[in-house]
Amino acid sequence: MPSLRRTALHARHVAAGARLVPFAGWEMPVQYEGIRAEHLRVREAAGVFDVSHMGQIETRGPDAQAFLQRVLTNDVARIDVGGAQYSLLCREDGGVLDDLFTYRLDEARYLTVTNAANHERDLAWMQRHAAGFDVEVVDRADAYAMLAVQGPAARGLVAALADGELPARFHTAELAVAGRPALVCGTGYTGEDGVEILCAPEDAAAVWDAVVAGGAGPVGLGARDTLRLEACYHLYGNDLSPERGPIEAGLGWCCKEETGFIGSEAVAAVRAAGPAERLVSFTMVDAGIARAGNPVLGGGVVTSGTLSPCLGIGAGLAYVPAERAEVGTELEIDVRGTTRRARVVPRPIYRKEEVDA
Amino acid sequence: MEETYPDDLRYHAEHDWARIEGDHATFGVTWYAQDQLGEVVFFDPPEVGTEVVAGQAYAEVESVKAVSDVIAPLSGEIVEVNEALRESPERVNDDPYGEGWMVKVRLSDPAEVDELMDAAAYRETIGKS
Repeated sequence: MPSLRRTALHARHVAAGARLVPFAGWEMPVQYEGIRAEHLRVREAAGVFDVSHMGQIETRGPDAQAFLQRVLTNDVARIDVGGAQYSLLCREDGGVLDDLFTYRLDEARYLTVTNAANHERDLAWMQRHAAGFDVEVVDRADAYAMLAVQGPAARGLVAALADGELPARFHTAELAVAGRPALVCGTGYTGEDGVEILCAPEDAAAVWDAVVAGGAGPVGLGARDTLRLEACYHLYGNDLSPERGPIEAGLGWCCKEETGFIGSEAVAAVRAAGPAERLVSFTMVDAGIARAGNPVLGGGVVTSGTLSPCLGIGAGLAYVPAERAEVGTELEIDVRGTTRRARVVPRPIYRKEEVDA
Repeated sequence: MEETYPDDLRYHAEHDWARIEGDHATFGVTWYAQDQLGEVVFFDPPEVGTEVVAGQAYAEVESVKAVSDVIAPLSGEIVEVNEALRESPERVNDDPYGEGWMVKVRLSDPAEVDELMDAAAYRETIGKS
């Protein structure tokens, strides 16, 4: 097995008693005290995640916007300086290569955050399609550590460490956090308010320590997955893949075919004709937990499944035939040989008001 | 609870224990197994009367993240299951050798007991000797 990469925060994870596991070529903390406790901490207060395994690609030059408009599915012209936008990278046939956030750092300078497992492929894809554009596409994965601070108390906690006002949701700001230069982004992957902080790897431990001292508990990738699933955010490799397109995945909202992005014709055709399958969110009616790979009877497959720590029942995402995608539809899932019932539910799977009420 | 491997139990390499009482035995998973699993959130007990075979799965135990097979340390017929684990699967974590027991089995081949490890040998397999 090739040796695993370690983030700048590795020693912090070991000291905090993390269980470390291989993830996309990195040795990453899956949990510290326990997935459920960490999950609830983010829902109720604040947690901090090391997401330094994620990659960064900087695009700069006079044609930066035109180039990104060609490779990304969303309308890049709508990102102002200091703005952020969710988008997909698609093949010609509409198959999804990655889902990613792009931050506009300057007039002609953008930073795109990639999934760790896709980073090299994304970089090669973007560099290949940069021919003909006056643009530089630069791998910046080694330049950044990345921390996500999420939860209702996250903003207040980070604001107390920052030398300026935090950016609004889907905006960015260059600030000092705990005295270290950082790009602070009003983004996240938990369904809670919060920020993501990009900083130099050598500054990451100082920022981490300050955030933890401010009251954020360390949260591993295990709870990151349960949090994003309750919020119905897609996980690349599970809910998104080159074999399926954005419309099937319910991501037509971030595809603006009129921009002429790579794959726009294929996406437009599926949008017009209607997809054969749709990604739905479900909760279990019967006991048990459907997991990724479990078949849905009558067609379809579960792509993400876990216990929802907030609801206390199994929940997940599944591709099902489009005519069975309506909210309320009962699904039967083959959970390792046992048929268990689930129901299509509205997104997100978990809403805070429902439990607080 | 603290990491323990009681001396009165016999152990299977797949991290299962058996408490032998004559030609019957109680099965469960070890402290090490529950620690590796993380918080157990679902256990669907098998049916009474089911035949189990040493070294083969007889149930599944689920943590938040994953599902794992539970391996029978010995062969026989299930005569009782721990129904309380349906409602309170966390007992597997809290008390793996007590309230976290999984099934009771009438042994079909008590001589298989000799194949199992004592606590000291099991601790060695998990690097805790």
